[in-house]
Amino acid sequence: MEVEQGAVRSSGSLLSSPGWRWPQVRALLFNAFLYLLIVAGGIVFLIPFVWMVSTSLKTLPEIQRIPQPLLPEVIRWDNYYVAWTSLPFTRWFFNTAFITVVNIFGTLLSCSLAAYGFAYTRFRGRNFLFVILLSSMMLPYHVRLIPTFLIFNHLGWINTFLPLTVPAFFGTAFYIFLLRQFFLTLPKELDDAARIDGCNSLNIYWRIVMPLSKPALAAVTAFTFIDSWNDFLGPLIYLRQDSRLTLSLGLRMFLDFQEGTGDLHLMMAASVATLIPILIVFFFAQKHFVEGVTFTGLKG
Amino acid sequence: MTSQSQTAVRPAEKASFFGWWRWRRIEGYLFIAPWLIGFVAFVLGPFLASFFLSFADWNLVRPPSWVGLEHYRTMFTNDPKYIKSFVNTVYFTVFHVPLILVVALFIALLLNRQLPGIGVFRTLFYLPSVTAGVATAILWRFIFNYHYGLLNQAIGLVGIDGPNWLGSTKWAMPAFIIMSTWGFGSLMVLYLAGLQGVPRELYEAAEIDGATAWDKLLNVTIPMMSPVIFFTMIMTIIGSFQIFTAAFVMTEGGPADATLFYILYLYRSAFQWLRIGYASAMAWILFLVILALTLIQLKLSRRWVFYAGEELA
Repeated sequence: MEVEQGAVRSSGSLLSSPGWRWPQVRALLFNAFLYLLIVAGGIVFLIPFVWMVSTSLKTLPEIQRIPQPLLPEVIRWDNYYVAWTSLPFTRWFFNTAFITVVNIFGTLLSCSLAAYGFAYTRFRGRNFLFVILLSSMMLPYHVRLIPTFLIFNHLGWINTFLPLTVPAFFGTAFYIFLLRQFFLTLPKELDDAARIDGCNSLNIYWRIVMPLSKPALAAVTAFTFIDSWNDFLGPLIYLRQDSRLTLSLGLRMFLDFQEGTGDLHLMMAASVATLIPILIVFFFAQKHFVEGVTFTGLKG
Repeated sequence: MTSQSQTAVRPAEKASFFGWWRWRRIEGYLFIAPWLIGFVAFVLGPFLASFFLSFADWNLVRPPSWVGLEHYRTMFTNDPKYIKSFVNTVYFTVFHVPLILVVALFIALLLNRQLPGIGVFRTLFYLPSVTAGVATAILWRFIFNYHYGLLNQAIGLVGIDGPNWLGSTKWAMPAFIIMSTWGFGSLMVLYLAGLQGVPRELYEAAEIDGATAWDKLLNVTIPMMSPVIFFTMIMTIIGSFQIFTAAFVMTEGGPADATLFYILYLYRSAFQWLRIGYASAMAWILFLVILALTLIQLKLSRRWVFYAGEELA
């Protein structure tokens, strides 16, 4: 990982040098202090998550006891079953998974095509259109929210997944930009060699550029997954029928139900459950999230 | 990453070896066609449409009628809720943006060194950026719970009686500011990437001149990082004007509209009360405010943002 290469040099030379001098001891103490600070910060930072999981495994009386016990007396896995089955969460899970998968597919396809167009082909107005693309990233989503809703309403797409998936096939400015920046770092000789071998642009796009761009495509996949999985406003506006909801919307509905009963432990269990897919994806793809931000050329 | 040949030229294109192939002149349009169509249909079109809608009165049932600037006049002279939502959002932004930028930069500076296991913390701090949504909003709603919440339990240990955070007009907004700071991870990653771009020679030169760590931070790191800081500042301000999900889940704008954020009010106007024209006018004011803020910052940035290599040009 790149980020680790830079940074302070003190620790490397410390042990190899003969004898201990004050500046070195000071550097060691300083690093120890930083360590402590980082670890303490990390713990404070993680507590909300730990507490969330711990609460989700407690009984209600345990939560309402003051002072609250840190860990559950008996681990109640049952909370998860009760919470999950009290509303059609399984259905919502599959709805969300479907929308997310279609969005990833659509985004990868449309954005990589457009990025290839901007990076590798020449046409009149290319630079102008690229500037348009960049400036469209600055437009707040909410300025176009209402007319977009009216379009989908007019098409009769309310209460279907179409408004939440079809736009993905028309590209997202930020991901097009990210992919284009990455495509430009690929060696141009490949393109030339392939043309001499008789490849057309579509071949080059599919057989050369795409396979070489796996890291950037992985980053786009990771970002799209998170955006799509966590999306709330979109489903809130377009989905009405209970069986068609997404997890985020269903979870909000669950909150309304639990307000009456005050079943905080079930509320936490349902929340943790909806986060599990995100956590899984994150721990497998964390590298790609971090790389994604560097691909856009912000490094310089 | 994969290659260094960013500046390589493409000889085949120069030689126009395939110049006879007319196809290559238009195929570029085909590649970008999906985006271009989507841009016109879902970005530019709606953007302009909302401008025209903002001069109309329309509830989707009766046909729209032209009202001119009436909505804009109402917003600023006859709708205290609108003003409240505007002031709330500015209040949030004024505290949220500096706080999260400073925290992210501070943690990035801490993590920007080679210590064993430091990568774990980078991952850890990034985590809330990917979990941001309804689930964590529910978590924070419970953290701020007056009786059983984590925060009041914690400060109760040192004998302080915590406020009823989300139930109090005074403390609800600070609660949102605290919660939002938790999501500093994505900024931190940007700053870590930026810190890698600061040339080491600058630090070495500063050390020879006898600079302390503090001097180096102020005179090397911050100036070299200023383009990244500037970029993240603009993006964070834009983002903080659009806070919605957390408000919708944690307080629904309450108590007494203390957390009625701009987009929450816009959402209600458009989708609950079907005041399409009025909500469009709100959207356009939001756009103009964001545009103005960005332009002002762009202007101010000349005084403090340092682009390395600019002097050479």
